[in-house]
Amino acid sequence: MYTQALNSSDGEDRFVEDATRAAAFQARIDADERIEPNDWMPAAYRKTLTRQISQHAHSEIVGMLPEGNWITRAPSLRRKAALLAKVQDECGHGLYLYAAAETLGSSREELVDAMLSGKSRYSSIFNYPTLTWADIGAIGWLVDGAAIMNQIPLCRCSYGPYARAMIRVCKEESFHQRQGFEIMLTLARGTEEQKAMAQNALDRWWWPVLMMFGPPDQASQHSDTSTKWKIKRFSNDELRQKFVDATVPQAEFLGLTIPDPGMTQDSEGHWRYSEIDWTEFKQVLAGNGPCNRDRLAARRKAHEEGAWVREAAAAYAAKRESRRTAQAAE
Amino acid sequence: MTAASITVSETPLVLYVLRRADDALVLGHRLSEWCGHAPMMEEDMAMANMGLDLLGQARELYGYAAKVEGKDNDEDKLAYLRDVRQYRNLLLLEQPNGDFARTMTRQFFYAAFSDLYWRAMMASRDTTLAAIAAKSEKESAYHLRHSSEWMVRLGDGTEESHRRAQLAVDDLWAFTGEMFAVDDSERGLIDAGIAIDPESLRTQWLATVARVIDEATLKLPANDWMQKGGRIGQHTEHLGHLLSELQSMQRTFPGATW
Ligand SMILES: [Fe+2]
Ligand SMILES: [Fe+2]
Ligand SMILES: [Fe+2]
Repeated sequence: MYTQALNSSDGEDRFVEDATRAAAFQARIDADERIEPNDWMPAAYRKTLTRQISQHAHSEIVGMLPEGNWITRAPSLRRKAALLAKVQDECGHGLYLYAAAETLGSSREELVDAMLSGKSRYSSIFNYPTLTWADIGAIGWLVDGAAIMNQIPLCRCSYGPYARAMIRVCKEESFHQRQGFEIMLTLARGTEEQKAMAQNALDRWWWPVLMMFGPPDQASQHSDTSTKWKIKRFSNDELRQKFVDATVPQAEFLGLTIPDPGMTQDSEGHWRYSEIDWTEFKQVLAGNGPCNRDRLAARRKAHEEGAWVREAAAAYAAKRESRRTAQAAE
Repeated sequence: MTAASITVSETPLVLYVLRRADDALVLGHRLSEWCGHAPMMEEDMAMANMGLDLLGQARELYGYAAKVEGKDNDEDKLAYLRDVRQYRNLLLLEQPNGDFARTMTRQFFYAAFSDLYWRAMMASRDTTLAAIAAKSEKESAYHLRHSSEWMVRLGDGTEESHRRAQLAVDDLWAFTGEMFAVDDSERGLIDAGIAIDPESLRTQWLATVARVIDEATLKLPANDWMQKGGRIGQHTEHLGHLLSELQSMQRTFPGATW
């Protein structure tokens, strides 16, 4: 998920492919076959997937930060353990996705460096702050909920390792979503203060979550090849509409108000939401979200301060290896 | 409006269980502070794993302490509504994370103890404690393995990692003696076969620690002066800050359910 908001095309990249092989490749895709790491694939397919999977991986890792912000302050031991486990899951997703990206030929180090240097992106949703405990509920309910909408179709993605990663990840994301909803439900059934906290979190997260699905269809012409390659199966607006339709009754059940007074239900039952503020979206993508700098700074700090640990592990492994060979030679 | 601290009737068994619950919570909390900031993603996973084990232990122990006490306290009241002087954990476990070497050294000293401790406690006449011990023993064995491996990697890694690891060992050593201390209230439980005498674990603990420290090319400090006080609520300055963060929600919104 998290990557649809980031689509940009390398269609302008020039490559010369063996036309026969390209045709055979497309035929396999059309026949719903899975492409595996050792199979021939067009360079642009490899590149598109590397970008998408690594951005997804970065999002899982950066996504640990807003929620990690509440682990030490979680209001009960049960919530504390559940939140720590959830953030750990996200880290596991990141590792899993980096491994999937590595099957396409880039190393995790390269991919992580591209994120730390700002060259490669992560989902802009994580550039918003978690101000209260209710934000933890709202993220699980809405952000993980939107992630699931995006990721379920990816379980059928043409690239085998990515599709398999998504199947496993989706199971955990839907657990996160239910857990988040349950936090919201507890708040919504709680004191006036808790209810207000829940409403405020919904007010702040609603629009950024809708932006997670990416620019409106008429503004994004980049999906053609992804669709042809069966990486993408639904348009941004289709997925966004599905999400809104699924979420409106949930908000109603919670007794919370979606911050869109103009929203109406059409004759087919779809909830028509108001115009999204795409200026905000572009600003956050450009680095001007409330937390862009903090998030990158936190990841860079962890990376830099961890350098001596990684070096020590590498040095020790090398010493051990040379001792082993020396012993074997004796 | 802030929630006031509760009072706890610390019978010997309640106090005994609370002390171990506080150990688990405080160390689990410290490990959870790393989440998202570890030197590598694998360590984010590993420290969260250990933290989750400890939080799980804490919850079972608090639940049992509340049950034994038989008032209307529960795991959350015991964790969130006792102040720093009511906390009973080992001083070692409240020490700040510092760098990764310090975190792993703290883990190593404690896991080398808790691994032996929980294994011995499986024979407790108290069936609840014996059951908690059986689960905790497996977890502690993993914590010991993980932290030992890091002690060796860091000690025998680079010059910098060696220096940091040695500094951590030197700084934390004085907090290890408290693990073996027994007071009158525990003596009775030991005699009744409910608790074990930690003194009986000391030789084996020291052997494990010395072996790993040696393999790590590190040295154990010659200074054998040991700090104590955690078991009776006399803590280092660090615990108060930990608790003010841990307890902030429960203190700010008295009586709310989360
Ligand atoms: Fe995700
Ligand atoms: Fe995830
Ligand atoms: Fe998730």
